[in-house]
Amino acid sequence: MNVIECEDVSIRYITGDIKAIGLKEYVMRKLTHNFHVQEFWADRHVTFSLQRGDMLGIIGSNGAGKSTLLKAVTGIMIPTGGRIKTRGKIAALLELSSGFDAEMTVRENTYLRGAMLGYTREFLDAKYDEIIAFAELEEFQDYMFKQLSSGMKSRLAFSVACLVDPDILILDEVLSVGDGAFRKKSGDKMMEILSGGTTGVLVSHSIAQVRDLCNKVLWLDHGNQIAFTDEVELYCDAYEEFLSTKKLPKTQEEIYALAETHAVRTEQERAQRQEKQARQLEKILKKGTSESAVLAAIKILQKSHPEALAQEYRSPAEASK
Amino acid sequence: MASKTIQRVVNNLKSNQFLFEQLVNRDFQKRYKRTALGMAWSVISPLMNLLVMMLVFSRLFGRNVNHYVIYLFSGNITMAYFRESTKNGMSSLMNNAGVISKINVPKYLFLLSQNVSALINYGLTIGIYFVFCVGDGITFTPKMLMLWYPIVCFVIMNIGIGMVLSALYVFFRDIQYLYDIFLTLLNYLSVIFYTIDSFPAKVQRLFLLNPVYANIKYWRTIVLDATVPSFSYHLLILFYALLFLGIGAFIYKKYNHRFVYYF
Repeated sequence: MNVIECEDVSIRYITGDIKAIGLKEYVMRKLTHNFHVQEFWADRHVTFSLQRGDMLGIIGSNGAGKSTLLKAVTGIMIPTGGRIKTRGKIAALLELSSGFDAEMTVRENTYLRGAMLGYTREFLDAKYDEIIAFAELEEFQDYMFKQLSSGMKSRLAFSVACLVDPDILILDEVLSVGDGAFRKKSGDKMMEILSGGTTGVLVSHSIAQVRDLCNKVLWLDHGNQIAFTDEVELYCDAYEEFLSTKKLPKTQEEIYALAETHAVRTEQERAQRQEKQARQLEKILKKGTSESAVLAAIKILQKSHPEALAQEYRSPAEASK
Repeated sequence: MASKTIQRVVNNLKSNQFLFEQLVNRDFQKRYKRTALGMAWSVISPLMNLLVMMLVFSRLFGRNVNHYVIYLFSGNITMAYFRESTKNGMSSLMNNAGVISKINVPKYLFLLSQNVSALINYGLTIGIYFVFCVGDGITFTPKMLMLWYPIVCFVIMNIGIGMVLSALYVFFRDIQYLYDIFLTLLNYLSVIFYTIDSFPAKVQRLFLLNPVYANIKYWRTIVLDATVPSFSYHLLILFYALLFLGIGAFIYKKYNHRFVYYF
């Protein structure tokens, strides 16, 4: 059964003179026929579907229509064309810390945000301590929200949205919040939620993250769907190659080719890195007050790689050939 | 169709009751808790207003009117509530743009919660109004119980006008200045501190095109004249209430998903 179903979804923005011109200006421009509205398609003919427990990674450069698509999935926007069907409760984390009230305390904001996400009072009463503990904000509960650091704000937003079990969890660039420790914690939490059968959608500029977490990938470029696939590794390789060459693949073969070049390139890079390291090491050995440096090196090798001492020396670059 | 929409709104309100409470709570916190005098402000400011108007106008207009203070006060509290409710309502969507463009919540909840705090202010001033009535020797009759009717109609109308304004404000940001001007004009047109008895009957009826005045007149008829207005007068007030609520609901329904483009 499909939890999220997007069928041929297109979303159009209107821009141009509509914003902030005011009523007087609007009337004047209408009268002088100087009123211009531009259309802008953020997404065109996007089709995908997700089953329970799926984790979709949406990739694509800036302005590809990723966030707009997420807004349509959460129901904030309705698609101009096509249709979207979702099943179950949605928790969306879109650009986290916006939408909080700066003049209210952390506690009040937690309840307010919880209420907006559709939780009940009983639920929040029961979970409140857990939320605060997860966000590591125990000492800041009665601080004004504006007094928090931006990392703390995102941590709170993440905790409020995640300490429930939504049927669909939507994450827009949010797994990169907080310091390293919190990032790890939030990643783990995410995996935990997903293993419980939640369907997830993740927008991330970190390809490593997509590789780690997702079992499906949707690749968008300027609103067009390049691919929807479960061959995550292949397409992530191709996408990374695309990022460096800026050449958009048109056919399946080109995807393979891109992934291939990517593999070759990463292999080369790895070899280069090793070569560099080897050269640095050589330098150190040469420079060292020769006797003691060489003896130290031999001692280390005897311990860790005794077989290496018997081998003839070849540099890593040669070895990989 | 209309009944279905109402049904849905009621269901929405039920399922969002907790959110609604939180929003009302927030409005309250921001308004009262962090000011020195708290709720007293909402009583002091209409009283000051009344005092000034009394000083200025009772000489000019007060001679021909019995209980001029109550006459003035009736207009004053109604106009004050109208101003507060609609002005707060106007900014309710824009002020919550950050939330509305990120989380899918029913948008009218923000407007309604703004109205609750305005309504509570209104209730407080009505309390003071009756204290003044006692002081001014107004005889209390059971007919005054009918005052629930203009109050309910007025609340509904103000919600409707708030909806219209909040939508307009999203599309045209200069509405707030234009509306201030409009409010000043309306203030003078609502027969708050003067009387229109000297106008011919036809012109007097024209004044009823102003819904705020229609409401004020209802109050005065009950409190000062101790008579219940005619049935058709009731219909008029109800008509205004439903008209504006209808327009507001229509706009919200039609533009529900378009607001996002303008934030």
